[in-house]
This record gives sequence, C-alpha cells and structure tokens, in this order.
Amino acid sequence: MNTQPLVDVRHLKQYFPIRTGFFTTTPLKAVDDISFHVNEEETLGLVGESGCGKTTAGRTLLHLYKPTSGEIYFDGNLITEKNIKNYRKEMQIVFQDPYSSLDPRMTVADIIGEPLDIHHLYSSRSERTDRVRELMDLVGLNSEQANRYAHEFSGGQRQRIGIARALAVDPRFIVCDEPVSALDVSIQAQIINTFEDLQKKLNIAYLFIAHDLLVVRHMSNRIAVMYLGRIVETADADEVSDHPLHPYTVSLMSAVPVPDPKLARSRHRIPLEGDVPSPLNMPTGCAFRTRCRYATEKCAQERPELKEAAPGHFVACWNI
Amino acid sequence: MTERLLEVKDLHTSFFTDAGEVKAVNGLSFNLDEGEVLGIVGESGSGKSVTAYSIMRILTDPGTIKSGQVLYKGRDIVSIPEKEMRKIRGAKISIIFQDPMTSLNPTYTIGNQIEEAILLHTKRSKKEARERAIEMLNLVGVNEPEKRVKQYPHELSGGMRQRVMIAMALACEPDILIADEPTTALDVTIQAQILELMQKLQKEMGMAIIMITHDLGVIADMCNTIIVMYGGRACERGTADEIFYNPCHEYTKGLMRSIPSIVGKHERLIPISGTPIDQLNLPKGCYFAPRCDNAMKICMEAQPDEIWVTPEHSAACWMNVKKVYEEAGKEKAKS
Repeated sequence: MNTQPLVDVRHLKQYFPIRTGFFTTTPLKAVDDISFHVNEEETLGLVGESGCGKTTAGRTLLHLYKPTSGEIYFDGNLITEKNIKNYRKEMQIVFQDPYSSLDPRMTVADIIGEPLDIHHLYSSRSERTDRVRELMDLVGLNSEQANRYAHEFSGGQRQRIGIARALAVDPRFIVCDEPVSALDVSIQAQIINTFEDLQKKLNIAYLFIAHDLLVVRHMSNRIAVMYLGRIVETADADEVSDHPLHPYTVSLMSAVPVPDPKLARSRHRIPLEGDVPSPLNMPTGCAFRTRCRYATEKCAQERPELKEAAPGHFVACWNI
Repeated sequence: MTERLLEVKDLHTSFFTDAGEVKAVNGLSFNLDEGEVLGIVGESGSGKSVTAYSIMRILTDPGTIKSGQVLYKGRDIVSIPEKEMRKIRGAKISIIFQDPMTSLNPTYTIGNQIEEAILLHTKRSKKEARERAIEMLNLVGVNEPEKRVKQYPHELSGGMRQRVMIAMALACEPDILIADEPTTALDVTIQAQILELMQKLQKEMGMAIIMITHDLGVIADMCNTIIVMYGGRACERGTADEIFYNPCHEYTKGLMRSIPSIVGKHERLIPISGTPIDQLNLPKGCYFAPRCDNAMKICMEAQPDEIWVTPEHSAACWMNVKKVYEEAGKEKAKS
C-alpha cells in the first residue's frame, strides 16, 4: 500500500522583508513554520481570515514565491528552485479572480493552449486544437467558442477557462486559491460540482483555499485552519466543523452565518473581541493569545506545537 | 389606518448607457414598517443595490428613476426638490455601504466626518457635535473614542471603519437604515461582530433596517421579512421562516439547493443552470424562465403576477397559479 503523501510540506516559512525605516527592514511572517500533507485524490481545505497567510502558503508551495525556508516534497522528491520546472506539469493553480487572471488580449484557445506550448505537449497544430477543444468540453465550455476573448464570457465561464488552463498539462495536484469567492451563489454551485467531477474523473488532489467555511466543508476531506501564518488545527472536515477544539476555530465556526433562520436564532455565537494583530508585530508565544479568553501565562511564553488531541485531530493549544 | 414608514410603489430604475437601456429595477413595490428588519436578497445584477440608491436618490449619472414612487411617511420623495431631499438623506434615512475602505473620506478625521452629518441636520454647536460623535463611537464599540475622533480612516481596521460608518449613519437617529452589503468585505469573525452590533442598536434605537445582501446566512440571521429579487423584480417575499422552509418560486428553490448545507454534507449541490440575466435584453415572460428547469410555455410568454401563497408569503411564479387550478380541479372532481 502506498502511504506516501502526494504533496508533503515541512516547516515551510515565507517571510517578506518590509521596509520599516531608511536602513531597516522587518520580516513580515506571512507563513511561519507550517507543515501539512495532501494525499493522492484528496482535498485538503485551507481556511482562515484575510491576512492569515493561506494564499501565500499556496503560492509558496508552488514556488511562485521562493520559500524562506522549509521543504516541499512531491511524490517523495524534494522540490528545489532548479527542478521546479519539471514539477509545474504536476502542480497547477486556479486563481480567485476570473477577471484579472486571464490575459484580455489572448483568445481562449491560446490561454488554454499556452501550457501545451510551454511543455511541448503536441506534435502538430491540429493535435493542439483537438486538445484545447477536449479541455473545453471537459470543463463544460462550448468548444465552438475557442476563438473568443475572455471578456466575452461571464464570471463562471471565465473560471472554467482558468480550470481548463490548469488541467491542460494533466496535473496530479491543483492549488485552488479561492476559486469560487468571486462568483454568485448559483454559479458557485456549478463550479464546485465541476471541481468534484474532475477530481473523480482525473484523480486530482486539491489544496482548496477559501474563507467560506460552508464551501470548504463541502469540498474537503480534511481541513487545516490557519491563524496569523500558522496552522492552529487540522482534522477531518466534519470533525473540525462539528467538534472544533482550538478556541479560534470554535469562534470561527460559531461566527459562520447559517442559512437557516431557526438554527440561527437558537445558535450561540462565541464572539471574538478585537482585531487580528499586525503580522509585523506578532504576539510572543501563541499568536492567538491576545484574543483568546483562556490565555494563560504559558501562552505568552511558549509557542504551542500541533499535537494529536484525538485520532487524526491535531491542535496547537496549551489548554487542550 | 396608520401611515406606512416607507412605501415603494412600482419603482423602475434604468441606466441609459451607450449599449442601450439597462433596466436595473423593473417595477418593485414593498412596504417597510417601523422597527422592521427587511432583507433584500439577490445575486449580482438583481437590482438590490440600485433599489437602495433609488430610495436615497444617490444614483450616478446614466441612472434615472423612470417611474414609480417612494413614499416616506406618505410623502413622495422621488419628486421633491433636491434641497428637500437633503433634509431627509442622512437625517431620516441613512445608508451604510459595502466597502468601508472607500466610503470614508481619507483626508478628513473620523470625528470630522461624523460631525458633518450632525452639524448639517441638527442645531448642535461644534462642541456638542464632537461630544455626540464620541458618544456614537462609544455606542458602536470603538475603543478609546476620544482618541479615535482625531484619527484618519487609514489608521483603523476594516471592522473599525464599518463601525465608524454605522456611527455616522445613526448619529442623527434616522427612522430607516439601509445597509448595502455591510459585511461582505469583512471576515467572518468581524462580520459576526458587526451583525451583533446592528441587532443590538436596532433593539435600542428602534429604527427600521433594510438589509441588502447576497448572503442567505446573513439574511437568516438578521431579518423578519425577506424579499428575493431577480432581474430587478421581487420574485418572492414573505417571513424568513416561510422563505427558507417553504420557498415557492423556482429561483428561490434553486438558491436554497445551491448552498452547501451546514449539516449532512457531501450531498451533491444542485446548481441553477445557465448564466445570469442579461439586463440589456430582458426576456419577454418570466425573467427566470430561461434558467428554470420547470419552465412551461406560459412562462416564456407572460410575466407572472405575485400570488399570495399564505397570508404572509407571496411568489411570482406560474407554477403556483397552476397549483391553484389543479387544486380547484380536484375540489370540483370531489364534489
């Protein structure tokens, strides 16, 4: 049995130098020592509020940003700056904004065909055209519209173009960076179903980054919750949603507005006071302690590591 | 009979663009009573924000109210002169916008911006206005209000800015607060704070709220009554429980099926097929018919009227008309 994860991220750090004075720079710890893995054909949901580093984590994982430190393994092989090009064929990304992530001067055929050009995946012009058409059919686009420009499509259709572009090289892993956040509810459901169908058909693993917890729960097998550049909790999707353990996750789950009036009335919110601290000036010890009602002295002194609180359920909190 | 607080009657608002007339609101009517929290829900392009802007009369250039009335305490505020409208806008009817980043003026202090409304609409002195601004900031939960009034918007976080917006809107104790997607730009935990705050203020100050959002969760949480909009028309309206547990319009049903459920997941979502409505070329019949799985011949040809399903629930869908006929037929067969 193959138990090796498809993507294994170990102690990944991404610090951006921010100029804070004429000669001084301060590191902004966007991603601060996170480890996670994604198994084959699995969906790992990565959730957190804006500024928690979930997008940076996804992009650093693909070497779109050079990691400050840490290792990324794909299929057991260490990815470095030198060999990343070979792995771009295996790992792709779908972006949030279907408006700015497509070149307005390229036709859909060229947008989807570009990865084929780069990786020399066809031998003749007609083979390229066939492949583009096949990809368009696959994601539910009308392949007769291949020569149109991106602006001629609606938001949901554009997102499908982005998905077709990612699928062009037959990847085994796709980072989905808030792929449905910009879409209306009715269109969102179409795209979510497309992602699910493609996963079953092509055996792809996803890292699904989003802030909508209902969507993430629906899509994912497991969920990792991030707060200020760190993973604070990770477990099975239902487990995280129904039995969250970390005080941050508990508040986050209770804050989700539920589309059910009776449930909404009976539900008890556990409000979080205040705002997220600046990542330039992170609290010592546990990053969440400034908003945590259970914070003790220990939380200020030492940073808690993820530990297994229940089988498969990892939490980084001193009080658990 | 007592006077309604706000009555919108057959409102039509269009944008006359180079490409043609974009019909954003197409005959919308609704009432708002004192202390009511009304939710208007719809997707982008459904005309919900344009409705708000029409009531406030803050439509930007190519947009015009073509016809219809907006009665505030029985007085039509569509036709009154701008000078009169200014006495109502911000004083009697206030609005908070989606994006707290761009709707505050970056070159004035927070205090300045809250005081502006107070000085304009009340007879308070500058000193009293400042006191009122601090009192308002305190009320909306901004810490250290004495310090904050001297700060500029960029010095505050998104959640704090939205609190400032609310303070500004409520400074003159309006009868109606229109909240246009007030929490869409905010994170869930901050959103929860703001919704909680709005509920608390509504109870304390007793104003009516029109809550405009695309988020069914926010609506379920906040509102007594709901209007579902599609293509600039109300396709369904009723109490929150009726809309959520007994939706009678095919579009509302579709919306409910499109959201992942909070319990029992991994049921496949059933999306609404097709693409959003093109407001340059509105369909002849029911606006939703081209995307509706159960569309009948009549749906393509004639627009359905709103039919009362229960005393507090109506929907504009031919399916309901069909049901009425079928039931009448059954009754007849029985007798």
